[in-house]
Amino acid sequence: MKLRKLVVAASVAAIGFSAALTAPAAYAAEEQFFPVLAYRTGAYAPNGAPWANGFVDYMKLTNARGGVNGVKMIWEECETAYATDRGVECYERLKGKHGGATAVQPLSTGITFALTEKAPVDKIPVITAGYGRSESQNGAVFGWNFPLVGTYWSGADVLVQHIAKKEGGFDKLKGKKLTLVYHDSPYGKEPIALLQERAKMHGFTLSLLPVAHPGVEQKATWLQIRQNKPDYVFLWGWGVMNSTAIKEAQATGYPREKMYGVWWSGAEPDVKDVGDGAKGYNALAMQHGAEPNAKVVKEVLEKLHAKGQGTGPKEEVGQVLYMRGLISAMVQTEAVRVAQGRYGKGKRITGEQMRWGLENLNLDQKALDALGFAGVMRPVHTTCIDHMGSGFARVHTWDGKKWNFSSDWYEADQKVLRPMVMLASAKYAEEKKIKPRTPEDCKN
Amino acid sequence: MFYRENGQFKTSYKSDQQIFPIPQDRWLILAIVAFAFLGIPFMVDEYLFRAILIPFLILSLAALGVNILVGYCGQITLGAGAFMAVGAYAAYNFLIRVSGMPALGAILLGGFTAAAVGIVFGIPSLRVRGLYLAVATLAAQFFWDWAFLRVKWFTNDASSGSVSVADIDVFGWIVNTPTDKYLFCLVILVIFSLMAKNLVRGSIGRQWMAIRDMDVAATVIGIRPLYAKLTAFAVSSFYLGVAGALWGMINLGSWEPAAFSIDRSFQLLFMVIIGGMGAIAGSFFGAAFIVILPIFLNQILPIIGGLFGLEVSIALVSHVEIMIFGALIVFFLIVEPHGIARLWSTGREKLRLWPFPH
Repeated sequence: MKLRKLVVAASVAAIGFSAALTAPAAYAAEEQFFPVLAYRTGAYAPNGAPWANGFVDYMKLTNARGGVNGVKMIWEECETAYATDRGVECYERLKGKHGGATAVQPLSTGITFALTEKAPVDKIPVITAGYGRSESQNGAVFGWNFPLVGTYWSGADVLVQHIAKKEGGFDKLKGKKLTLVYHDSPYGKEPIALLQERAKMHGFTLSLLPVAHPGVEQKATWLQIRQNKPDYVFLWGWGVMNSTAIKEAQATGYPREKMYGVWWSGAEPDVKDVGDGAKGYNALAMQHGAEPNAKVVKEVLEKLHAKGQGTGPKEEVGQVLYMRGLISAMVQTEAVRVAQGRYGKGKRITGEQMRWGLENLNLDQKALDALGFAGVMRPVHTTCIDHMGSGFARVHTWDGKKWNFSSDWYEADQKVLRPMVMLASAKYAEEKKIKPRTPEDCKN
Repeated sequence: MFYRENGQFKTSYKSDQQIFPIPQDRWLILAIVAFAFLGIPFMVDEYLFRAILIPFLILSLAALGVNILVGYCGQITLGAGAFMAVGAYAAYNFLIRVSGMPALGAILLGGFTAAAVGIVFGIPSLRVRGLYLAVATLAAQFFWDWAFLRVKWFTNDASSGSVSVADIDVFGWIVNTPTDKYLFCLVILVIFSLMAKNLVRGSIGRQWMAIRDMDVAATVIGIRPLYAKLTAFAVSSFYLGVAGALWGMINLGSWEPAAFSIDRSFQLLFMVIIGGMGAIAGSFFGAAFIVILPIFLNQILPIIGGLFGLEVSIALVSHVEIMIFGALIVFFLIVEPHGIARLWSTGREKLRLWPFPH
């Protein structure tokens, strides 16, 4: 003990700077802190920035609405540039600030994988709305991951359902050729397992064409597509890779009507530069698409942007990725509300209590309408075991100027998904020596 | 004044040839190591451990490996990241496929696997040198990037290609808290640095340096280039492999090949060039410069901006960070092309002579 004191005294000066950087700021009890891991620089900035703007705007809106039972949202941004090591550094930097992070949304599958290891230790839920590990839907094994609203497996499943419907039934898929053009990272590889499963079920052939980061070099990929002439191309890209793929499709003459992107390949930055060349290109809409007419969008414009308090350019409000940021912030805000309902209204909640809130989220249509999300998304209902809530999606098509919905709602087929999720998460549990939670564990 | 060397007499060859012949240096280094073991664990917080100190220790080890090859043996390599990846994935596979495999054993076996791979990819060095060799070692980088992305066996058929390991158990010591991880990496780094220092001042190190300075002359005096070059590749890859295994299993916990991409290879090479080629201390200076400085800049810039009442956006911060970082690299290379380690040793010589510089 004496030695310890001696050492501490002797070297206070040496850590002076670090102490200054990491000293916990005094926080008021009625503030709820959320770290924002954003990327406004780098190859993925055109897509990362609108998401972050929407995310921050919703927290501002919540505060303008009076907070959650009076509890104000506070946040701090940290630039990750979509790099995993920088993202982890940001997480470590922010997680202890302002009394501790409530939940973290990394907006990168790579960072999600890294944080999945840390979340159970730090007791901070990782929310990955529409990305992350697909098997983390199983809350029994992945206690702290929340792939709310959709995973890549549910997305890929909906896409297969959609083309089956177009062809006139699943039996018509037999012998068809399907090509997946994907970002060569955990993100792009996620849907492969499901597509392979579906290919086995329906007898279509699946060819895989990886594209290396950042995705500007796709000449060889599209040459192969020209040779193979697949019936459909699925695109699992991000950032500049998306617009490059569409341009290459145009150059090689592959019909854009037969291209289907995941929801991260279906936003304005992806098609805008291509303009007319992207006409007919389809993408999944993760529940929502571009929603310029939604009530919540009007509220953001009126309460924030009209007063000059908005984040980012005004034109962005209501665009696809902006909406995704908005929804990501909305589900977490509502989880705070649920958690407050159990642990004390108007009080600050901890990461552990936040998890309970996320596991007992029950956003029915009435609640969504009240929040201004009518027509934007469908109800979400999570449980301790099901961390996804719902796997609804639509398809939207670019008409050269804007995104229009071109399909009805689909829901991922749990009969296909569930066994795969159980298998993959059981394997993870075995590797990591995790004991899955039982329904009894869920009660407390 | 600072080095009062009066009365220090060496009476044996042993005392003249020790690693730090000047007692002041010896005590300083011992004090630093002791402080790292006994002081730091009690006073820094989790953020410093996880975000700065652990990456710094592991990348120092990797830089040490690159320094042996580039700095001591003169063989430029751009495949450092690949050897780290080989170490990480080999350790992972040993750990999950061999039941009862101790974690430390897996890490060391990862190192040995990397050494074997290093020897294979070192063979071109017998024929080509300089920039051509750098390009040849790029092959290692691309090949292993490809292998770990595509060959499913290496990743145990993980659907997304990302692998992860459970907590590391070293003889009953579960390495899971940041302090444990820090101490574990520190022990390994200290042992490996000592080994490296002894290797480079021994016969094998002299052979490497002879090859580096002029390989024809070295051959004439009886040094076998085959042996010297391939041992340098093996030792360097061993260090890189162990560093890679630590990077994956201790620092990241879950990783994909992108963690060991070509950027990592460049980063390690820059560490050695900026830190000081052919100096063990240079590896540490280089790692500190490359790991800590960007994070430091990233955090200090908003504070500086705040002093002037400016709201600095995170995008601006990271742009300025890159600019300052680049400018500092150029500055150091102009001021001292032999690296920060040389600055340090010149400074030390000045201190020994002070206040009578002539």
